[in-house]
Amino acid sequence: MTKCTDSVVLNLWHPVGAIAETVPGAVQQTVLLEERLSFSVGADGEPVVWRSRPDLRRADQIAAADRLPAKSVYGYVWTSLGSPPADLFPIPEYAEPDRRRLNAATFGVNVSAPRAIENFLDMGHFPYVHTDILGAEPHTEVKEYDVEISVDRDEILATRCRFFQPMASTASEGGADVDYVYRVPHPYCSVLYKSSPVDAARRDVIAIFLQPVDQEHVRAHMLLCVLDENSEDKVIKRFQQTIFGQDKPILENQVPKRLPLDPRAETPIRADKSAIAYRRWLSQKGVTYGVIPAAA
Amino acid sequence: MITLYDYELSGNCYKLRLLMSILGIDHKTVPVDFYPGREHKSEWFLKLNPLGQLPVIDDDGLVLRDAQAILVYLASKYDPSGTWYPRENPALLGEISQWLAFADGITGTASAARLHDALFYDFDIDAARAGAHRLFRILDEHLWFVEQEGRQWICSAPQPTIADIACFPYIMLSEEGGISRQDYPAIRRWCDRVKRIKGFIVMSGVFPAGPARAAA
Repeated sequence: MTKCTDSVVLNLWHPVGAIAETVPGAVQQTVLLEERLSFSVGADGEPVVWRSRPDLRRADQIAAADRLPAKSVYGYVWTSLGSPPADLFPIPEYAEPDRRRLNAATFGVNVSAPRAIENFLDMGHFPYVHTDILGAEPHTEVKEYDVEISVDRDEILATRCRFFQPMASTASEGGADVDYVYRVPHPYCSVLYKSSPVDAARRDVIAIFLQPVDQEHVRAHMLLCVLDENSEDKVIKRFQQTIFGQDKPILENQVPKRLPLDPRAETPIRADKSAIAYRRWLSQKGVTYGVIPAAA
Repeated sequence: MITLYDYELSGNCYKLRLLMSILGIDHKTVPVDFYPGREHKSEWFLKLNPLGQLPVIDDDGLVLRDAQAILVYLASKYDPSGTWYPRENPALLGEISQWLAFADGITGTASAARLHDALFYDFDIDAARAGAHRLFRILDEHLWFVEQEGRQWICSAPQPTIADIACFPYIMLSEEGGISRQDYPAIRRWCDRVKRIKGFIVMSGVFPAGPARAAA
């Protein structure tokens, strides 16, 4: 496979690692868009990212010209192989002081980033894949919901999503109809808002940030930003890892691995409204990496 | 009451959850943040198991490590039928031990490949996959002969034993390490039989058996 030539994707910010999992000053190796990168987070919290070279072993050896753009946002190190925008998409809830902010895990998954986003947006699989947690038979219907592509925010927004969930989170005490809002503010990132079992006026935030290793492999970083005063960190993480572990074989068995953008390539049903909007949005942006573009 | 020190995505922990479900053994769970927290290498956990490995159980003060050893203990103590680990049958106990050691080999290969791909462990992935395929080929042939002899389970007993439980999880999770089971039809049929054992439960990455095919 050739390295990425998709300028839309090259110019994006991409996550490469969770700051909670770094040791100050230690260098970690990773792969982004088929390029080997090294990164390190200083004691001051500032990340340095560079293209891996055997002679460059510490962040303080890296000349300014050799440093890639780097940012620490939402608990992760972000970088870019092109010219990224000044700011990453906003998640205002991240700043709310009473939220638990955790990296649930970073998992390697044998899937393209867009296929993983589509699965994240899909409610239809809840009763079958996340049985007795995010869904249960006979509550299998995906009720009508709204999807818009917001032009000024350049993101997809799916609202009025509702689903019956036996155990929506670690703070749940039983089954409930749960409201969902999905945002796709980045071709490889999605943010989910779901009703909080502890505060009817607020929502838990769960985000998935996909680091494209190549067109058919990702590192999936999962951010939790939830309201739960009682559960230990590891219990909250375990809940999300359980869910993701259930999705993993489904994601890895998708064929073809890259997401087809031609509207005739796969037959959607009404429940796939957000996926249809996502594919159209990727086409409009001209994304070619991790997808099978529609014939011109 | 048994306490299981547990990580949800661990196939070795799942072996114990599975046997305890089949035998109806009540227990409580202490979650261990194996990944990304590496809590199995923390000071408190190393006091329980100096090897820094999951699973561990504590049964009223008896602390045991090693999934296979714990299967032996649980079946010996809590299986009234005595079929999962038949203590009165030396030949069968020898067979079971042989396949428990084989299960450890599956952990060292198929599970290692999965840890490499999903959790970024620095293992030789080609060696891990090749080693798993070598073991799968041996087990597939064995199970083919088992079926020819009109039996269903790994050991020469009419009922499943803890050898079946010990081998099942990391075979079932092998595709997460890039190891396909396509070429092992006898293994796939045996996996479906394990999934139909009364009391069977799943873990993340393992799905229940589909409905059994109606008799023609």
